[in-house]
Amino acid sequence: MRVAVIQFPGSNCDADTVRSARDAGADAYLVWHRASDLKGADAVIIPGGFAYGDHLRAGAIARFSPVMKEVTELAGQGAPVLGICNGFQVLCEAGLLPGALMRNAQSRFLSRPVTVRVETTVTPFTSAYEKGAIFRVPIAHGEGRFVADEATLEALESDDRVVMRYVGENPNGSVNDIAGVTNERRNVVGMMPHPERAADPRVGETEGLKVFRSMLQSMELPKGGSR
Amino acid sequence: MPRFDIHVRVMPRPTLLDPQGQAVEHALESLGFKGLDKVRVGKALNFYLDRPNKESAAKDAESMCSKLLANPVTEDFTVTIEEAAG
Repeated sequence: MRVAVIQFPGSNCDADTVRSARDAGADAYLVWHRASDLKGADAVIIPGGFAYGDHLRAGAIARFSPVMKEVTELAGQGAPVLGICNGFQVLCEAGLLPGALMRNAQSRFLSRPVTVRVETTVTPFTSAYEKGAIFRVPIAHGEGRFVADEATLEALESDDRVVMRYVGENPNGSVNDIAGVTNERRNVVGMMPHPERAADPRVGETEGLKVFRSMLQSMELPKGGSR
Repeated sequence: MPRFDIHVRVMPRPTLLDPQGQAVEHALESLGFKGLDKVRVGKALNFYLDRPNKESAAKDAESMCSKLLANPVTEDFTVTIEEAAG
């Protein structure tokens, strides 16, 4: 399985993300944001960082990078697309995911582990978890407060499209404790926590690796087989 | 071609929490300014736009706001246009 990890000026989790995807068994490689070819990718990950220095709004400029045309096209074909942290912000700005990510309620940048619960396993990035699985995973963001209008929120909840929720403590003021969501088609996922930072026994946590394992699992199944 | 002076104001939706505005409000209060309420922080953008007339300048400036300058989920924008001097 070929996985393109997109590298913007200001991405800083790109190498860790490639490594985690490889550890899970993927043929993962970096693709520069000016590229107009994803080199035969079966899936795409937009990693964390501060693409374009978060100028204007996080993800607002990055969504117009040439490579995003390819990413949007691949997402439209139903391929798995994951946005982690800044990647989540980019996908929301690009309209591939609903809602937006605003400044943390406490107005501070937060870099520490949180506890999340996997709310649905019916996505290509959570199928390897048990539904309701709880694990520790780091966050590192200043703008992670998920917001959406009422109708969108209602749809996310009733269609089982909240992918992860913070438990015990809501670190950033996200509505309904939302840490991750998926689109209607369920192939595009965004999450604020960094699974690639909880994917190696040497850093103490390994549950994040299942995000990448799920991605591989989803490609082994026939289309729609993960449901 | 006439040149227009465009002022764009982007503000967070009033219904959404604005922690930046709150922090500024607290700072102003600690300086002794009384009677403050609902301080909000937004963005201002100024630029020149060369267009045949005011209508086409307005149309393009609003399109810029919808496509990039404001996030339709969280922000509102206003555009003011004047013919640039000289």
